[in-house]
Amino acid sequence: MRVRVNGEDREFAEAATVADVLVAFGTPAAGVAVAMDGDVVPRGVWQSTPLRDGATVEVLTAVQGG
Amino acid sequence: MSETVVRESTATEVDPLVIAGRSFGSRLITGTGGAANLAVLERALVASGTELTTVAMRRMDAEGGTGVLDLLRRLGIEALPNTAGCRTAAEAVLTARLAREALETDWVKLEVVADERTLLPDPVELLDAAERLVADGFTVLPYTNDDPVLARRLEDVGCAAVMPLGSPIGTGLGIRNPHNIEMIVAAAGVPVVLDAGIGTASDAAQAMELGCAAVLLATAVTRAQDPERMAAAMRAAVSAGRLARLAGRIPRRYWAQASSPTP
Repeated sequence: MRVRVNGEDREFAEAATVADVLVAFGTPAAGVAVAMDGDVVPRGVWQSTPLRDGATVEVLTAVQGG
Repeated sequence: MSETVVRESTATEVDPLVIAGRSFGSRLITGTGGAANLAVLERALVASGTELTTVAMRRMDAEGGTGVLDLLRRLGIEALPNTAGCRTAAEAVLTARLAREALETDWVKLEVVADERTLLPDPVELLDAAERLVADGFTVLPYTNDDPVLARRLEDVGCAAVMPLGSPIGTGLGIRNPHNIEMIVAAAGVPVVLDAGIGTASDAAQAMELGCAAVLLATAVTRAQDPERMAAAMRAAVSAGRLARLAGRIPRRYWAQASSPTP
């Protein structure tokens, strides 16, 4: 299935979860948050939250600013 | 002799900044944006004495680390996520929720700006976002216009502080409307933090003299020719301005008043 991650289309296996998206980012231990289609997906349920075909996923972290 | 003791204790009295029940020894809140690199930022943060520092939330890239967070953790400085870049209440609310998840804090510097040219807060979206975030359990510190009415409305919906601008972000134009800042301070039941527009140390001192509880600045330090030295200057200015405020300045007079005995 196809999922848009941080603005780029990516292919994932049918049974993929949010945790699989994080692999591409090195699965950081902290300091990262994920939203799927505008809702926060808490770290505790990354493994158990299936990706939805056509979903928009945003992976954010803190950077210098403000 | 006893007078000297009193004077010393006044200068070193414990005078913490208290926001939402949390105490901070420093009344200087800094940003991390604009620093040439993390080494420069580190020296500036240490020199500033800050205990609370803003970070922005952005899309992670594959190589991206969490460098600025690691730095703040190492220095023992609390990270205050902001919602910089958000134009609508909906964007700001989602960004705040992501920040809460990523940084494990329910504190947020709420920023909802109207356009890139001025970066001025959009008051309608700001108030809407503030209300929603307070309802969602956040400790909301809104970056707001220097508008006493909007400041009051933000306090009314439950914001833990109000953070009026001195002048637009990054301009270094100082406090363009000191009277408005004084009116906000006079009416506020929550701490007032002068946020944005600080150019140099005297601006920070002025903010504190006007009665602000703290100053938030970034560009004035990070883009100064010597950020570490400017951070030290800001630290001293905030302390000096605070002491002057507590001391109570003399009234302004039209005519001279001799300070030596008249013959």
